[in-house]
Formats: sequence, structure tokens, C-alpha cells
Amino acid sequence: MSILIDEKTPILVQGITGDKGSFHAKEMIDYGSNVVAGVTPGKGGKTIHGVPIFDTVREAVKQTGATTSITFVAPPFAADAIMEAADAGIHLICSITDGIPAQDMMRVKRYFLRYPRERRPMMVGPNCAGIISPGKAMLGIMPGHIYKQGNVGLISRSGTLGYEAASQLKELGLGISTSVGIGGDPINGSSFLDHLVLFDQDPETEAVLIIGEIGGPQEAEAAAWIKENFSKPVVGFVAGLTAPKGRRMGHAGAIISATGDSAAEKTEIMKSYGLTVAPSPAEFGAAVASVLKRA
Amino acid sequence: MDVHEYQAKELLASCGVAVPPGTVAFSPDQAVYAATELGGSHWVVKAQIHAGARGKAGGIKLCRTYHEVQQAARELLGKRLVTKQTGPEGKPVQRVYVELADPYERELYLGFVLDRKLERVRVIASKHGGMEIEEIAKTDPDAILQVIVEPAVGLLPFQARELAFQLGLNLKQVSRAVQSILGAYRAFRDNDATMLEINPLVVTKDDKVLALDAKMSFDDNALFRRRNIVDMNDPSQSDPREAQAAEHSLNYIGLDGEIGCIVNGAGLAMATMDMIKHAGGNPANFLDVGGGASAERVATAFRLVLSDSNVKVVLVNIFAGINRCDWVAQGVIDAVKATNITAPLVVRLAGTNVEAGRKLLDESGINVITADSLADAAQKAVAAWRSVK
Repeated sequence: MSILIDEKTPILVQGITGDKGSFHAKEMIDYGSNVVAGVTPGKGGKTIHGVPIFDTVREAVKQTGATTSITFVAPPFAADAIMEAADAGIHLICSITDGIPAQDMMRVKRYFLRYPRERRPMMVGPNCAGIISPGKAMLGIMPGHIYKQGNVGLISRSGTLGYEAASQLKELGLGISTSVGIGGDPINGSSFLDHLVLFDQDPETEAVLIIGEIGGPQEAEAAAWIKENFSKPVVGFVAGLTAPKGRRMGHAGAIISATGDSAAEKTEIMKSYGLTVAPSPAEFGAAVASVLKRA
Repeated sequence: MDVHEYQAKELLASCGVAVPPGTVAFSPDQAVYAATELGGSHWVVKAQIHAGARGKAGGIKLCRTYHEVQQAARELLGKRLVTKQTGPEGKPVQRVYVELADPYERELYLGFVLDRKLERVRVIASKHGGMEIEEIAKTDPDAILQVIVEPAVGLLPFQARELAFQLGLNLKQVSRAVQSILGAYRAFRDNDATMLEINPLVVTKDDKVLALDAKMSFDDNALFRRRNIVDMNDPSQSDPREAQAAEHSLNYIGLDGEIGCIVNGAGLAMATMDMIKHAGGNPANFLDVGGGASAERVATAFRLVLSDSNVKVVLVNIFAGINRCDWVAQGVIDAVKATNITAPLVVRLAGTNVEAGRKLLDESGINVITADSLADAAQKAVAAWRSVK
């Protein structure tokens, strides 16, 4: 099994006719993802890569039964696209867009609260590489070939650092059940915690690797929850040990602005809650291999 | 993005927050003229830099005569002011703000931040103004008042009123404080700010409530819809290399080590710096060339990294996803040929088309140390640095 997506998940691509949307829709289809629809306002009725295009998400969902969306929509319009997907009944929304204003994301998160918990959409991103359940489906922009199918759950804020981890695991013969990129922004659709809950229920996932970075409270929150609730071994890492205070390290959310934001503090918190911390970013694979051996 | 105090006050005043009368000046003569225009008998001349703690560093001067105003402006303008927040190199003072100085009775604190955990705007107030909020949190945590803004309705008058009454203000002061708190929230929201600090917010003898100092930071992601904020940008306040990088939409942050880094992706860039440290070296910079690392972007990145004279070794670490290793390799080769770099160069390529990329590097004839993994790259870079230092 995997979490969030598999080969049957009917996927809709918002912004499918743009450069990026079109390119990655093709990559996803080639990987085996079940892409059933695209949405670009004004291009309804046409097709691209054999996929029908609709003017609105509501129409696309009605005609194709899509349950999952990936959005390649420019920052000024991205929040609107996400809320459109939510309103059309999409369960899982993955936003690749880098550069959405924080106040827009605040509004999106507030908008989601209008749905009762059981109908509230799960959002991944923004500013992320997406989700992949290796060998089954890809909902993102990652190079699919570096992921081997297997039993390790991976959650990462950074895209490329997630690639690094996947390739280290593959090098050691270890595969991944699902990899989720939660994104580098200060306000994310979902956090480490949201996906840990799913990995806990997934019988195929035997261990989880969580890769955080400086800024924000979510690594500490996840670590505390893991100690109380999580039954599988977890390896953690926090990037940015050498990052100076108050400087934004590329990602909008990667900035040390409050107590508990630094890599050193978060690493200590992870250790205090019993997580195995990878000693360096070159040892993701080795650390996961060691906890699997012990389990 | 940050702005100067006088710019933050302009934004606040336009939203109904009362501020003391003041004028920006670029020369001592302008400062004197500003004082004559403002009237009164006492003025403060304040250095305008993108950093706090100016008072203790001598960046704020109280003046009683026009001559003193001129003296103060002359002393401040053109110098680099070093405060607790600027780092040892300080920030250049190119403008001063001349403000009417009226005596006040109380100093309060008012701040707005984006709370990442709650995903809401948090308003913070305290009766202890004039000191840093971190300090208040340590010495008198009970004196920190907070309200959370519900994004669907914004900050409500009753919330501002609760804060004002808790600050111990009298009725006349409360209504003015409420106007300031609601106005400051509007300035925060309508300009896509991420931080707004009014410290101190002062109460005068005649019950006026004034923003005596103001600091604002804005969401870079929202600048596309905030032309008024973009126009306030003062490039003299940022590292020239960072400004140059921003022009090429590269993300560069200068540090003080010797190993220059060129990496794709912010997380991998941070991890590469961590790895250099782990291997016993020090990174010279953070540099994310982004997902589409074209040959041209790689070349620009090289020029940037090499413009730092501390750089003794360059480490390129690219994990190609969307882009391909052979394109990146070509970019490295072109850049090396164009920049004539003499520093040892370590290159690690991984991901899409990695073999083709390595082959290109091997056959190019350029002097390059290739590495297979992140650990290998960091170790080789540190070893190269030790051999040239």
C-alpha cells in the first residue's frame, strides 16, 4: 500500500496548458499516473496529451470523477485555484507553486475550515515537489526514476533534499512507500504530523524519514506526537545548522526568527522525544537502514 | 523586504495611526531646513538604517538648536552605523529622519506578527515599551498581552479595546489607542506585512498616543501586488552581492567561510553547507540556483561566488530533477572558461542524465575534481581548501 495516491487515483491538472503544467502532466502520465482531466479557463473542450480540458474544476470533477488535483498556477492566482478545487469536492490538492503570498495561504487555510473535518481537503504544498508512491503514481515534479518502491515513508520540506534522501535509500537497496513534499513556505497546506498519521495506518510503511529545516514549529510538534502515538521507527533531520539568524535561506519559510526555530534546537527536541537523528545529510540512508535492522 | 522607519511611519499615518511630525533629510542643510519647517524647540535626528538598536549605538540624537541638528546630521550621514543588530560591518547611513521631540509619559509596546503555528496574525502589546519584546518575555512574561486575529473578519474593535484597557490607559487614551491599533493592523494587512513593531508607542501628557518608532517587514511573495512597497526599497541597505543575485532571481546569502557553494534547491543548499561544516570547513555562502539551472544561470552563479575574495574553493552540488546534468555540466564548463577561475573546483552531479554530465566534464579538459556523493563532495572541497590555505 501507499498513502494519499496510487495508480488508480483520478488526477486533475490545474493549469495544464501552461509550460510547466503541460510538461509535468506528460511526465506524470508517462510514469503511470491516472491523469483524467486538465483545467484551464477558456480552453475547455480541447485536449492535451490525450486528456480532456475543462474551463472549471467543477465541470472537470462532474465529467471525470477526479478526486485529486495538482496545481501549476502562477502565484497571484494560485490561492483562488486551490479554493476552487476545494469547493468542487477535490479531496487532495497538491500545489507546486512557489511564491504564494502568506496572507493568501492564511485565507486558504481559513476557507478549508468551512468543511466539516471528514470532508476537509488534504492539501500538500505549496512550494513543494509533490507526492510519489513509487511504481504506482506520481503527483509532482520529481525525477521518478530515483525512487525505488519499498517500505520507507518519506516526508520532506525541501524538494531536492528529498531527492537526495531517495537516492541514498535506493543506493542501499531500500525503497519508498510514499514520499511527500510538504513545501518550503511558512504556511503549509499540511504538516509532518498530518502525514505521519497516515503512515501510521499504512501496513506497508515500516519506518519514516522526516526531513525538516530551520523556521517554524512543525518539526517539534511532530516529534512530540511521535513519542506519544507513533509505533514505527522514525529518523529525523533538520537542515540549516550553518544558517545565520534572521536571514531567509531561499525558502520563504526557512528563516530563524523565534526561539526553537534553529536547526540545533529542533535537532535537540527530536532527540529528546526519542527520534533517531541522522548525523549529517549524507547519512539519511544509513540511519534508516540502522533503524530498520533494529526493528 | 524591509523599509526605513520614516517609510513605515508614512504607511502607518496613512492608515490613521498618529505619529510625531517629521521629515526625511539627505544632507545636514536639509535636516536644518526640516527642523525649521517642523517648528518647536526640540528635535531628534535619527539615522535611517534597516536595523534596530540605533539608540544605544549613537544613531539617535536629541537636539535643542538648529546648530545641534546640523551637527547631528553631519555626524550620522555618510558613516556606517554599527548596532547590536547590524553585524560588525554596520549599515550605511544615507538618510536621517528629523522628528519633533515632545515629552511623553509612558512607553508601550505594540507588535504584529504572522504566527506560523496558528496561521493567523498575532497582536502583541505590553506596558513595557522601549525594551525588546524578547527581554520583556524573560523579565515580566505576564505583562505580554496577546490577541489573535480571525482572518475572515480581521482585527475587531473590541479586541483593540481589550488591549487598550489592559494597558491601563484612561478613557481618552483608550479611544486613541484603539484607533492606532486598528490602523496599524490595516497597514499590516493591506501592505502584506509579515512583521510590524511599534516600539515604543508613547502616551503624552495631553493624552495623545503616538508611534515613536516603527519597524516593518514585508512578504517578498506579495511584492507583485505592492508596487508602493517595492518603490521604498533601498538597495544600499543590503549586501551588494545579494542585490546582484536578486536581479538574476538567484538566492544568495553571504557568510564568512572560504568554500563557495552553488547548489540547486534551498534545502539541498542548506544541507550542503551543513555537510561542509561537518567535514571541518566553513561555507562562504548560501546559493540556490533554482530548479531550472540553465547554463547561463550557472555562469552568473559562478561570477557571484567568485566575487567574494574569501572564497578559496568552489563546490557545485546539483541534483537534477527537471533540469538535466548534461546541461548543468555544460554551464559549469562555459563558466569556468569564461571566468578563468583559479580556485579548486569540486563538482558533484546526481539525478537525470548524470552519466552524460560526468562525461562532458571529463572530456572538457577543465580542471575539476568530481565527486560521487554529498559526503564525498564536502570532504574533497574541505581537503582542497586545506591544501591551498
